[in-house]
Amino acid sequence: MSKFPKILSIIFCSLLCATPVLASKLNLGREATKAEIKAWDIDVRPDGQGLPEGKGTVEKGEQVFSEQCAACHGDFGEGVDRWPVLAGGLGTIKGDDPVKTVGSYWPYASTVFDYIYRAMPFGNAQSLSPDEVYAVTAYILHLNEIVKEDFELSKKNFTSIKMPNEKNFFADPRPDTPTMKKKKPCMENCKKKVKITKRARVINVTPDQNKNSTSKE
Amino acid sequence: MTKKLNTPELSRRALLKSAAAGGVTLAATATGVTEATAAQALEKETKENPITTKQDWNQVLGDGVDANPYGKPSEYEKNVIRRSVPWLTASPESSINFTPLHELDGIITPNGLCFERHHAGIAEVDPSEHRLMINGLVDKPLVFTMEDLKRFPRTNKIYFLECAANSGMEWRGAQLNGCQFTHGMIHCVNYTGVLLKDILAEAGLKTNAKWLMPEGADASGMNRSIPIEKALKDCMVAFKMNGEALRPEQGYPIRLVIPGWEGNMWVKWLRRIEVGDMPWHAREETSKYTDLMENGKARRFTWEMDCKSIITNPSPQAPITHGKGHTVLTGLAWSGRGKVDRVDITLDGGKNWQKARIDGPSLDKALHRFYFEFEWDGRPLLLQSRAIDETGYVQPTKDELREVRGTNSIYHNNGIQTWHVNAKGDAENVEIS
Repeated sequence: MSKFPKILSIIFCSLLCATPVLASKLNLGREATKAEIKAWDIDVRPDGQGLPEGKGTVEKGEQVFSEQCAACHGDFGEGVDRWPVLAGGLGTIKGDDPVKTVGSYWPYASTVFDYIYRAMPFGNAQSLSPDEVYAVTAYILHLNEIVKEDFELSKKNFTSIKMPNEKNFFADPRPDTPTMKKKKPCMENCKKKVKITKRARVINVTPDQNKNSTSKE
Repeated sequence: MTKKLNTPELSRRALLKSAAAGGVTLAATATGVTEATAAQALEKETKENPITTKQDWNQVLGDGVDANPYGKPSEYEKNVIRRSVPWLTASPESSINFTPLHELDGIITPNGLCFERHHAGIAEVDPSEHRLMINGLVDKPLVFTMEDLKRFPRTNKIYFLECAANSGMEWRGAQLNGCQFTHGMIHCVNYTGVLLKDILAEAGLKTNAKWLMPEGADASGMNRSIPIEKALKDCMVAFKMNGEALRPEQGYPIRLVIPGWEGNMWVKWLRRIEVGDMPWHAREETSKYTDLMENGKARRFTWEMDCKSIITNPSPQAPITHGKGHTVLTGLAWSGRGKVDRVDITLDGGKNWQKARIDGPSLDKALHRFYFEFEWDGRPLLLQSRAIDETGYVQPTKDELREVRGTNSIYHNNGIQTWHVNAKGDAENVEIS
């Protein structure tokens, strides 16, 4: 056997063998049972996939909301302290002080259901029944004038809900500033005058900390 | 210049006198005597001289082995801690703190200093009770124990993780005074784990598998949508950071690693990955982590972290204390698109730039450490750093970003940071024309 193929095979292997390639399955793990999948698979998508059986009215939702949610979000979703504002803000998104709420910003109603079902109430997650989540979702949609007062939200009619701001989301267009191809950065005599225009000390919102930094460069 | 100080005719009393009043120190500076050298001369003659004075640690026995079965930093490093800005968030359980970048060097962040972001507090997971489930569009839904996961081929990678909201408080102008607060939502560690593609291969992806939804085991059930191409390219399920088990606040026992992409997607306490044919549009990728433009339209799925850099020293929390003379400027640069090619430094607010020296490893989607050594003449400085990555992406100015995005986008502020250093060596977060 000549040396040549041996060298070739070494090169070949150094290219392919650098990261482990799994030729076949390792037979690790075990099959998930239906009960296990049912217990964890709670996510809901905009097309309705994942919605559990159930329904709930705006009226019932108001009751659940006042007991479980209003302490942080306020009776009408106006938000207490720095907790999220859930309702209102319509027409503010283009302005200087946008108020992003379910009605003014969120593109899909399924997100409201999915989030409440998995993460709310804060500190007692996954304690609401599907019917209660349908009801609270209906109530929040009503606070945002997306459904009427006598509305009942259900698995059946869920995907008929359209959110007003859905059309305003678009794909990431970055990079959106000049790259080397378009404009090489200036290195010398780039500007004549430089002035300080804004200062953090004037704002003065940095938390107090021990001034004696151990860092000495 | 320092020779003059060392001559015997310069009395100690004269030096004490000059050190006592700041104004006199300035006069001394004018004659070529700096504060630092004056202090050094004083040290030689006082009782506090660290060479002629015996210290306790020179004489008595210290602690034996096992005094700290798990070692901790020197007590003189007690300021090297994560810090938060309490007014930023409603509760500490759904909040963030910041890595003390100005106290660190090299490219690796120590585990106990990696910034924290939780949405429902730290889940204290018992690894023997932890499972990872793969379900959805797979041939066979699977469940893995921690032991199962450690039987996959392992890989080690150093990656940065940056929160998309890092520097988000600075969109409307200089606000927080310190790089810990303006840029500290970042860390960089060596992950040990297994490739996500190997785990998915065990379950077998169906041909219509296009998206993944990782989900956490914490009380927020964190979920995001990830395109399958990224998952198969370089994502990891990690169980170690810098050689030891993940810290609870970083997702113990396992977290997802999504190199170069925003930190929110790196789901901690990972317990399930669902495979699907379309994105989920979860709360964290619709109401949050979307970038609102001035015209009311919002960018979604803004995953990649743009190239960025920051001078960590000097900075507001780390002033120049040695007076004029030879100075080491240092900082960090990174890019979610690959390696950093170059970092430029300006001392005069962008009139003239010089290349900094990148030192240490230059790794894909990892922090890069840069240095710039110069003679400081004691005049005020306007410091900036500008990073350029291997794709030719140039870190923009904050005004360039505002021009295309306005000031309401919260996320992905990678604009060039300015520190104003005054004649005393104190630094402040400023913006310039």
